Amino acid sequence: MIFIKLFITFFEIGLFGFGGGYGMLSLIQNETVEHWHWLNSAEFTDIVAISQMTPGPIGINSATYCGYTAVINAGYSVPMAILGSATATFALVLPSLILMILISKMFMRYMHNRTVESVFKGLRPAVVGLLAAATLLLMTPENFSTPKENLWQFCISCFLFAASFYGVMFMKINPIRMILYCAVAGLVLLY
Amino acid sequence: MRNIYWESFKTFFKIGLFTLGGGYAMIPLIEEEVVNKKHWVSKEDMLDLIAIAQSCPGVFAINIAIFIGYKLRKTRGAIVTAAGTALPSFLIILLIAIFFHQFKENKVVAALFRGIRPAVVALIAVPTFNLAKRAQLNMFTLWIPIVSALVIWLLGVSPIWVIIVAGVGGYLYGKFTSNGNTEQNGRTAS
Repeated sequence: MIFIKLFITFFEIGLFGFGGGYGMLSLIQNETVEHWHWLNSAEFTDIVAISQMTPGPIGINSATYCGYTAVINAGYSVPMAILGSATATFALVLPSLILMILISKMFMRYMHNRTVESVFKGLRPAVVGLLAAATLLLMTPENFSTPKENLWQFCISCFLFAASFYGVMFMKINPIRMILYCAVAGLVLLY
Repeated sequence: MRNIYWESFKTFFKIGLFTLGGGYAMIPLIEEEVVNKKHWVSKEDMLDLIAIAQSCPGVFAINIAIFIGYKLRKTRGAIVTAAGTALPSFLIILLIAIFFHQFKENKVVAALFRGIRPAVVALIAVPTFNLAKRAQLNMFTLWIPIVSALVIWLLGVSPIWVIIVAGVGGYLYGKFTSNGNTEQNGRTAS
């Protein structure tokens, strides 16, 4: 039953999603693409692009979109897909609701101690690894094409990847603007 | 008297609706609304809430919203503010999802997204390096992200396990090193 799977998956993502929106993305990518095959990696990348360009937290945006797409891809109707996106979003928020209320009730003054700090000494470097893995896992034929399949598209893709990386990392170009530039490049060069 | 549930729902709905670029971009807007305008929490409390919300799992903005909702009206208040923050994104993305699924086959849209996809992969690569800088990796911790990335990428291990192992590892390491360092331990406990 896809709704129960969606609920459990996004509950887990909400519970273990440390390290902000991008840290959570690597969990979402791994669960929805690699593990359950609800989406292919191109669909996942599209979701990230759309989440970037619309307001609101990336985690909520991608949960909503993934829930919808997973149910549609499983062959259900649009109303069922809306229910799917509601399920995923609710499941993502639920662990936060439980944890934050517990913390507000009891643990507020214990949160600054040594134990929490040492847990994060391990977590912080691991989240870096999570993001690196997400990047590597997204370098797929669906996102970049292959030299065999379409050499032109592959070369353009590699160029756009390098240009975006350089632009956002070193020239501090706004990510949304960078996405728009690449959309125009896609339209002109890859139509 | 105006209803506090409705009031807090509206405030967080607005915060959810007008912030582009994810959780951290929301901080100034949340502070403006919650601290300066509505006086629901003090500035010092807000700093504490931000610090705690950052070290918790889940969506940062939602965590903050829940803290403030709980402060106002306990569990019911928390549910109201969480719903307010999530609802704008939910509705907008739902509309786009319905719309996008019908236009995905369109040739122009397909070409646009062929250009966008490599850019998005780069957008995920950038915070990898930025986070690595902020995590202050050194000779002794550099292997952690490398091993984490490799087991996920090549062996298909779930990132959830990596998170659990890293957290427990950090905890045990902290415990182990604090045994020979009781002075500092005593100071933080007091």
